[in-house]
Amino acid sequence: MTTSKILLARMEAHPSDSNTMARYLDTGGYKALDKALRTMEPADVAAEVKASNIRGRGGASFPTGVKWGFLPPDTRPRYLVINGDESEPGTFKDRMLLERDPHQLVEGIVISAYALDVHHAFVYIRGEYPKPARRLQRAIDEAYEAGYLGTNIQGSGFDLEVTVHLGGGAYICGEETALLSSLEGRRGEPRIKPPFPAVEGLYAKPTIVNNVETISNVPWIIENGGQAYAAIGPETSSGTRVMSISGHVNKPGDYEIVAGLTWRDLIYDIAGGILDDRELKAWVPGGASAPWFVPAEHLDTPVTIDDIAKQGSMIGSGAVIVMNDSTNVVGAAHRLVRFFSHESCGQCTPCREGTTWLERILARILDGHGRPEDLGLLLDVSDNISPGLRWPPAMTTICPLGPSATAPVVSMMRYFRDEVEAMIPSQRSSSTGNEEVAVG
Amino acid sequence: MADKPATVTINLDGVDIEVEAGQPVLEAAQKAGTYIPRFCYHSRLEPAGVCRACLVEIEGPRGTALVPSCTTPVGDGMVVHTKSETVQKAQSGVLEFLLANHPLDCPVCDKGGECPLQDQAFAFGAGETRYVEEKRHYEKPIEISELIYLDRERCILCSRCTRFSEDISGDPLIDFKDRGNHVQVITFPDEPFASYFSGNTVQICPVGALTAKPYRFKARPWDLEAVESVSLVDTVHSKISVQASQNEIIRIYGIDNDATNHGWLSDKDRFVHDHIGSEDRITTPLIKEDGAFREATWAEAISLVGERLGSFDGTRVAGIGGSRSTNEDAYTFSKFLRSVVGTPHLDAQVGDGLDPVFAAAVTPRAKINDLETAKTILLWGPDLKEELPVLYLRVRRAATKLGAKLVVVHPRRTGLDGVATHSITYKPGTGPDVLRKLAAGDGEYAAVRETLGEGPVVALVGRAGLGEDPNLAEAVAAFALDLPEVTIMPLLRRGNVFGALDMGVAPTLLPGRVAIDDEAGRAALAEQWGSLPDGAGLGTTEILEALASGEIGALVLNGADPVRDHPVPSTAVAGLDAAEFIVAFEMFISDSGAYADVILPIAGLGEVEGTATNIEGRIQKMNRLTPPAGMARPVWSIIDDLALAMGSEFGAASAEAIGDEITRVAPAYGGAAWDRLSWGEGRDGLVLPTSDGNQPLAYTPVDRGVPVVAGHRVLHTARVLYDDGVIVRHSSGIAGLAARGAAYLHPRDASVLALAEGDLISITVDGEVQLPVVIDPSLVEGTVYVPFNLASTAGLGAVGTLRIDAVRGGDG
Repeated sequence: MTTSKILLARMEAHPSDSNTMARYLDTGGYKALDKALRTMEPADVAAEVKASNIRGRGGASFPTGVKWGFLPPDTRPRYLVINGDESEPGTFKDRMLLERDPHQLVEGIVISAYALDVHHAFVYIRGEYPKPARRLQRAIDEAYEAGYLGTNIQGSGFDLEVTVHLGGGAYICGEETALLSSLEGRRGEPRIKPPFPAVEGLYAKPTIVNNVETISNVPWIIENGGQAYAAIGPETSSGTRVMSISGHVNKPGDYEIVAGLTWRDLIYDIAGGILDDRELKAWVPGGASAPWFVPAEHLDTPVTIDDIAKQGSMIGSGAVIVMNDSTNVVGAAHRLVRFFSHESCGQCTPCREGTTWLERILARILDGHGRPEDLGLLLDVSDNISPGLRWPPAMTTICPLGPSATAPVVSMMRYFRDEVEAMIPSQRSSSTGNEEVAVG
Repeated sequence: MADKPATVTINLDGVDIEVEAGQPVLEAAQKAGTYIPRFCYHSRLEPAGVCRACLVEIEGPRGTALVPSCTTPVGDGMVVHTKSETVQKAQSGVLEFLLANHPLDCPVCDKGGECPLQDQAFAFGAGETRYVEEKRHYEKPIEISELIYLDRERCILCSRCTRFSEDISGDPLIDFKDRGNHVQVITFPDEPFASYFSGNTVQICPVGALTAKPYRFKARPWDLEAVESVSLVDTVHSKISVQASQNEIIRIYGIDNDATNHGWLSDKDRFVHDHIGSEDRITTPLIKEDGAFREATWAEAISLVGERLGSFDGTRVAGIGGSRSTNEDAYTFSKFLRSVVGTPHLDAQVGDGLDPVFAAAVTPRAKINDLETAKTILLWGPDLKEELPVLYLRVRRAATKLGAKLVVVHPRRTGLDGVATHSITYKPGTGPDVLRKLAAGDGEYAAVRETLGEGPVVALVGRAGLGEDPNLAEAVAAFALDLPEVTIMPLLRRGNVFGALDMGVAPTLLPGRVAIDDEAGRAALAEQWGSLPDGAGLGTTEILEALASGEIGALVLNGADPVRDHPVPSTAVAGLDAAEFIVAFEMFISDSGAYADVILPIAGLGEVEGTATNIEGRIQKMNRLTPPAGMARPVWSIIDDLALAMGSEFGAASAEAIGDEITRVAPAYGGAAWDRLSWGEGRDGLVLPTSDGNQPLAYTPVDRGVPVVAGHRVLHTARVLYDDGVIVRHSSGIAGLAARGAAYLHPRDASVLALAEGDLISITVDGEVQLPVVIDPSLVEGTVYVPFNLASTAGLGAVGTLRIDAVRGGDG
């Protein structure tokens, strides 16, 4: 990579103490905050973030500056909520950022809060991340002590409180409105949008929800300018991003990349190639909810938000799961669908019933009890959750979790239908004897 | 309001229609004749958008999108498709999903035949399922309260019940547990679904997941006969559907009525009907001989009563009661006593109410719907959740959904304190002092006074407890007259008491809201009735005292039980004991009825037809569904015979004929004829007087200078929803829900008296009772609260000097 790293630089240079205030200050930390508070108006800070063209790193890739612009001008209080509920299989980038460079996030939070006229920010961390939460809390405590948080920050007159909240172990709380409900003490269930959180969010007040990685970029953007950030990588995938690569590769891990390299570069060069010298079969390009890519079609597709979208998938949260040719695709799809079924909040019908149904059919096929009609059924049940099975997905559900569960099914059927058919016992009666006919 | 609601134009399935702005697409479509399937949507609940059955396609800048039509408001130019291929597939897909885990035990399900899931699966579903996997299993059904069973296998998780409980009734005792495929509706551990409104969740459940014990397995919907009526459990007169199978009333459902109950009922309204079929019903006339009742024929009983009543000078006869019956019954009662017997002494209240003129003719009088537009509500009176539960729902709605500020004044915490802007508690007897300070905005009351300065104000006033001076409520009303755009609602709770007062069952009123000293009104009535005794009569307390002294000799009890209901039970007992002759119209032998010489069995809920007048002066029609038990008869028909036996021919052929006579005789009831109430504009009742009537009496409340009563320790006693009243006691579904009774003490009083929670004490006021102590920090120090008329508290009374003694040798 030609550009120096932004997010992981400190932890790679100082692996033993990159999380401490001392090291953070020693490596230029909180300079961007000083700059923002002393030399910039809040609107200028927001303008820099907008100019950076940074797009959200939580999965939806929505331009952060645009999102900030949705806040109604006159309603107070406003809240900033940092989404650290990183729970999707294969995603582990925020964990690194929280554990190893929490001050980078804290500084990003203070700068962003200043830009947004927010005086209370919340960080929602998944319940299974005790260490990242502990590290972040320690950094926050240090920041309070050093006057980077609390009242009259660095003599600027700007006040900010930050509260860390640990989730209860539900993936759905990574969905921003479910996160807000959970933070309010309610069940973690997505809300109907509109209203969007920027208008009516936490405690029904205007709220910006941004991902940990997104906000961790803010200090660099302020220190170096939005233009400088925008200049990194392609125009619509600016900046660097952390890709979490796992599965059948020789060097799994978090890698900070600049968009524009190809999947071949990422998998074979950066991640060290396929495990056990086997053939690459397929990979999940951007989190468990992303439709799969296969070598015959996608290896030379550039890793950018737009190029991936054009090919019918998404970069999402940057979680790449690589499967080699030892993979049973039905097993892989079942694992992913089971995850979504297990994590469905159960609030809306198609997701609650549909994801479970898909999981049951796949489990039955794996058990050797598949029926020829199950292939069509898998696709039609998927279609009833995500009509048209198109990309980006349409939904009969409240939130995208249900449609997410259809991605592995559709991918499996698109690229590996013959393998699925091969798992259906051929010489069997079409009746299982226990079919049920519901009338009316 | 002359303002026409704003409209927008939407294109619904290719047709442009003009619809009211702001409403959900689902409602707009329905009004235009297009039914969109739905389960979680309910017109009286906040939309949730969770069942996804109502998905429609709406065209937008980025193509069409499937959206829930229950949460999407109509917008101008909106293009909606409810029947496209995509919509039909989505709707049918949702139905298949809902049925996937549904047990399809319709043949043994109470809901079968009236089930939205059945109906909509038939109309919008595919007809067959493709689901062959194992279904979800739960223990079924589980008992979640004394009244409700929950079957989680049938549940489709629409959240109607949880939203009702949290948002409408404010008792969030059922909620979702777990998630995904395991999500289920359930109560909290060791906390039953003990809500006064739990039955509403059974009615709105779109499947058979929530069923009511009293109705379970009793009937199939197609076997039920039903009539519309109103509930006489309290004075709200919630609109109900009375439903019977084989002449047995087995279910009551709420009917949505904008004016009164919005479809909701209290569980007392809903489950009280069991008393109709009770084995304890009196089904033949009873005559007391040698201290015991024996059965008699109607002929014998009527002849005896006529002879006995006729043997007294008219003014030595009195009548108490009439507030449990229809207007037609009350009118006949009033006419009989005044014009046949010749007595002015009659009272529908039992010493526990308000001044009749104030209650019947206060001006400006509030309608229940004034709560919809009120900015401020002043509630100084009973705990509505206990005494007028559906009015509690309406006030709660105003405070939680409509932005009204609520001020509650009561001797202890009430069901509404949680949603009140200000809650004031006071020691009984000090009310006048509190009122003076509140009016002046003194000190701690400054903020409350300021809140009351924003109109329109609705003032709900009544007696906070049975020991309270009834004139305090009127003094509060007099104060409220100064509040901006105020309307006043006097709070009386007993059945049709407002109807009875309007029929002149009061010492100071003649039928149709005519004052007793209104000479023109009196002359007009005398002309109709033939004769009318002079002057005002005695009220219930004075009647009872006059019975004890012998000034009055005979008493007609019309569904009243002064022994249990009068604030000074010893007065009632002394009066009844001394009476020379008592005839009681009763369904059961009440504590007071036991003193009667003759008991005449009367028809009850579902057995009578007529009209009733509610707390806001709204007259509504009650309908008959089943024949009366045994030989029981409506009061009007009994009295018709009695009048004949005493030489006067009323000649009432039917209750309707009496209803017709009322419209002619009672000025405020002019134009309120039955056919007008059964059809068209009167279907939801008419607030009296209608444009065809007139109300001769408009009463402006006055502060009569209520004295402050100081006491070191004073009693506060008030009614609770489930008490030991004669009807509840015989309603098997709810009788067991009556509280066991306790004496509630402020922590400092308990500490001074060296009492702890659970200690048994003896309390003496009018009589003595023994009760366990409950510590209640919501009381003002020096106040002891005891629920009125429970089995354990009957006889204590409400008025008298309070004495507390520790009980030695108790079991605690």
